[in-house]
Amino acid sequence: HTETHTHTHTDSLLPRAVNVDLQTDATLQVDISDALSERDKVKFTVHTKSTLPNFKQNEFSVVRQHEEFIWLHDSFVENEDYAGYIIPPAPPRPDFDASREKLQKLGEGEGSMTKEEFTKMKQELEAEYLAIFKKTVAMHEVFLCRVAAHPVLRKDLNFHVFLEYNQDLSVRGKNKKEKLEDFFKNVVKSADGVLVAGVKDVDDFFEHEKTFLLEYHNRVKDASAKSDRMIRSHKSKKLFYNLQDAVASWELMQLMFFLKVSELFEKTRKIEARVAADEDLKLADLLKYYLRESQAAKDLLYRRSRSLVDYENANKALDKARAKNRDVLQAETSQQLCCHKFEKISESAKQELIDFKTRRVAAFRKNLVELAELELKHAKGNLQLLQSCLGVLKGNT
Amino acid sequence: MADTARDPPPAHTDFQELEDGEDLFLEPAVIQESGPASLPAEDISANSNGPKQDSLFDDDPEDLFAEATEEVSLDSPEREVLLSDGPSPAITPITPPTSVITPRIGLAHDDMFTHSSFDEIEEEEGGDSFDMHISVSDPEKVGDGMNAYMAYKVTTKTSMSLFKTDEFSVKRRFSDFLGLHSKLASKYLHIGYIVPPAPEKSIVGMTKVKVGKEDQSSNEFVEKRRSALERYLMRTVKHPILLKDPDVLQFLESSELPRAVSTQALSSAGLLRMVNKAADAVNKMTIKMNESDAWFEEKQQHFENLDVQLRKLHASVESLVCHRKELSVNTAQFAKSAAMLGNSEDHTALSRALSQLAEVEEKIDQLHQDQANADFYLFSELLGDYVRLITAVKGVFDHRMKTWQKWQDSQLLLQKKREAEAKLQFTNKPDKLQQAKDEIKEEIEELEGKVQQGERDFEQISKTIRKEVSRFEKERVKDFKMIIIKYLESLVQTQQQLIKYWDAFLPEAKAIS
Repeated sequence: HTETHTHTHTDSLLPRAVNVDLQTDATLQVDISDALSERDKVKFTVHTKSTLPNFKQNEFSVVRQHEEFIWLHDSFVENEDYAGYIIPPAPPRPDFDASREKLQKLGEGEGSMTKEEFTKMKQELEAEYLAIFKKTVAMHEVFLCRVAAHPVLRKDLNFHVFLEYNQDLSVRGKNKKEKLEDFFKNVVKSADGVLVAGVKDVDDFFEHEKTFLLEYHNRVKDASAKSDRMIRSHKSKKLFYNLQDAVASWELMQLMFFLKVSELFEKTRKIEARVAADEDLKLADLLKYYLRESQAAKDLLYRRSRSLVDYENANKALDKARAKNRDVLQAETSQQLCCHKFEKISESAKQELIDFKTRRVAAFRKNLVELAELELKHAKGNLQLLQSCLGVLKGNT
Repeated sequence: MADTARDPPPAHTDFQELEDGEDLFLEPAVIQESGPASLPAEDISANSNGPKQDSLFDDDPEDLFAEATEEVSLDSPEREVLLSDGPSPAITPITPPTSVITPRIGLAHDDMFTHSSFDEIEEEEGGDSFDMHISVSDPEKVGDGMNAYMAYKVTTKTSMSLFKTDEFSVKRRFSDFLGLHSKLASKYLHIGYIVPPAPEKSIVGMTKVKVGKEDQSSNEFVEKRRSALERYLMRTVKHPILLKDPDVLQFLESSELPRAVSTQALSSAGLLRMVNKAADAVNKMTIKMNESDAWFEEKQQHFENLDVQLRKLHASVESLVCHRKELSVNTAQFAKSAAMLGNSEDHTALSRALSQLAEVEEKIDQLHQDQANADFYLFSELLGDYVRLITAVKGVFDHRMKTWQKWQDSQLLLQKKREAEAKLQFTNKPDKLQQAKDEIKEEIEELEGKVQQGERDFEQISKTIRKEVSRFEKERVKDFKMIIIKYLESLVQTQQQLIKYWDAFLPEAKAIS
C-alpha cells in the first residue's frame, strides 16, 4: 500500500507569490516554511516575521490546516467593516484524491507489470503528487501574503490569532446543516445580485467596472477551462509513452542506430513533460487565480450596489416619514447610516478595483514573459538534442 | 482454368502462359504446370471448373461487382492461390494443346533452367545499377456514382537500359495495381520470392469518394492511397527479378491495360480465392515438417517476433496520432478563448499581448496537426506496409513447407508403388502379370521423376528464400533508418517553428506595462 508522507521545505517550494505581484513589507512577512501531507490532511507551517508591537515575538511559527484558512477567509467576508474591500480569495481545498487513487491502482497492479515499468510509473505518479502538493502550498501562501499586504486586513484580530495562537483553533469544517445554510445564502445572494445589478450606477467608474468585470470573469472562466484541457492533453502520458514504446521495441533490431533514437525519445519526452508542467504553472494557474480574484471583485461590487439600494430605500423611507411626520428621527439616523456606509464602501472600492487592475496586469506580464522564456528554453533544448542526434545518425549511415 | 498461370522468366519466351478468358481447352483436364505447384494435386478438377465459371462472369464488362470491395484482412493476398486475372496481351501466342501436355519430367528440366537463369539475371544485375524513380500523382475522379473510380498518373523516371525512354507516364486505376500484384504473386510466390503486397482495399473509403464527398476525410483517403500505391510500385521495382517481369514492364509502359476484373473480392474469383485460402489454412495445420535446416527455423521465429513487435508498434503510433490530433483541437479552442479574453481586457497593452498569445497558440495548433500528419505518413503507414510484408514473407516460408510436403507425398507414393510391384511377383494371374508389371514399371518411373523434381524444387525454393530474406532484411533496415531520419527532421522543423513563434511573442509580453 502506498502511503504518502510528503514533506517540503522552503527552498523546494515554487517561487513565492506566483500569481501576485506584492510589495514585501518588513513590518509583516508571512510565508509557509514547511508542509506535511498525511493521509487525509495537509499541515502547513505558517511562519511569521514581524516588527509590529501586536505580537509577543518577532518571529514565530504555528501549524495550520486548510479548514483554518477557510475560517479566516469567512470571517473577513462576514465582517461588515470589510465590505468595501476585495477579500482575497480562499485557497482551494487540497485535492489528492485523484493522485492517490492512481498510486493505489498502481500498487494493486504491481504484479502485472515488469519491475522497470513499475518503477517508472511509480516515479511519475510520485512526481505528479509532489507537483499537486507544491501547488496547494503555494495557493495557501498567496492567500496569507495578500492579507498581510492589505493595509486594513493585515490589522485584523482574527488574522493575528491565526498567525500566533499556537494551539489548534478548533475550527471544524461545516457540518451538513451549515453547508445547507450556505447553499441557501448563495442562492439568495445570486438572485439578489441579479436585481441589484440591474440598478444603473450614477458613477461612470463603477458602471464601467461592473460591465467589465462581468464579461471578464466569464471569459477568464472559459480560458481557464480550455487551458486546463489543452495542458492535460499535452501532459497525456500516452503521448509520451507511445513514442518511447515505439522505439524501445526497435532495440530488437539490435543496431546502435535505433538505440540512439530510443535514447533521444526518452530525453525529448522528459523535456515535453517539463513544458507541460511549466505551461500549467504559468498559464493555467494564472487564469485560475484570476478567476477567483475577479469573483471576489464582483462580490465587492455586489456589496456596494446592495448598500446603494439600501441607501436609496432609506432615502425613500425618510421622505415618507417626513411626509407623515412620524418617526422622522429614526428615519434620519437610518438614512445617515446607510449614506455613510455607502460612501465608505465606494471610496475604498474604487481604490481596491484600481489596485486589482494593477496587480492583474503585473501578474499577467510576469507570467506571460516567464511562459515565453520557458517555452523558448525547452524548444531550444529539444532542438539541440534532435540536431545532435541527427548528426550522429546521418554520419553513421 | 490454369489459375496456375506461371509466366516463365523473360529469358525463355517460348514458355506459354495460359489464357483464361479464352476457352481454348475443351477438356478440363489440362493444366500446364511449369514449376512446383503449390496446389495440392486434388485441385486439378476444381481449377478446371474455375476458369469456365470465371469466363462466364468476366465476359460482362460491367460486372455487377465492379469495384465492389471487401475489407481484406492483412493476411489475404499472399496466401492467395493463384487465380488468374484476365488475359494479358503481352503473352506470347499459345501453342496448341498437344505440346502443352508435356511430361512433367520434361518440364522439370526446363525448370532447372528457369531457376538458374534467375541466378544469371541477378548476377548481371551489377552492370545496370538501379536507378529508377516512380511517382504516383494527379488522382482524378473518372465517371460518376457507384461506377466511378480514381485514375492515377504513374510516372517513371529512369536511366536504365531496360526501358525505351528516360521518362514516361501512364494512367492506372486501383484495380490495375491489384491485378499486377495478383499476376506477380501467382508467378513468384510459390517459388520463394517475396512479392510486395498491394495496398489494401477499402469499401468505406472508396464509397465516400465515389459518392462525391469532397471533404477532408475523403481527400485524406485519396492521399493515403496515392502514397501507398507509390510505395508499392517502388518496392516492386526494387526487386531485381520483379523489375524485369513483362507484366511489370507492361504496367509501367503501356498506355492501355486490360481491366483486371477478378481482383474484385465479391466476384466468383474472389469467392474461389476465399475457399482456397481456407483450404490452405487447414493444410498448414496438418503439415508437420521435419526441419533439418536450423537457419529456417531460426528465421521463422525471427519473423514471428518481428510480426508481433511491428503490430504493437503500429498500434502505438496510431494512438500517438490520435492524441496529437486531440491536443491540436484543444489548443485551437484555447486560442479562441484567449482571444476573447484579450478582447474583454481593458488594459490596452495586456489586451494586445493576450491577442498575440491567442495567435501563437493558433499557429501551434497548426504545428500539432502537421506533426500528426508526419507521424502518420512517415511512421504509421510504413509500419502498416511492413506488417503486410512480413505476412508475405511468412507466406513464402509456407510455400516451402508445401513444396516439402509435395516431395514427401511423391516419395510415399513411390514407396507404395514399389511395394505393389514387389507384391505383383506373387500374383496368381500370369496372363495379366506382364501387363500389370509394365504398367507399374511405368508408374514407378514417373514417380521417381516426380520425387527427384520434388527434391530439386525444395532445394531451389530454400535457396531462393535465403537470398530473398537477406535482401529483405537489408531493405527493411534501410527503409526504417531513412524514415526515422525524415521523422527526426520533421521534429526539428517543429521545434524551429516553435522557437520562432515564442521569440516573436516575448517582446509583446515584455511590452505590457
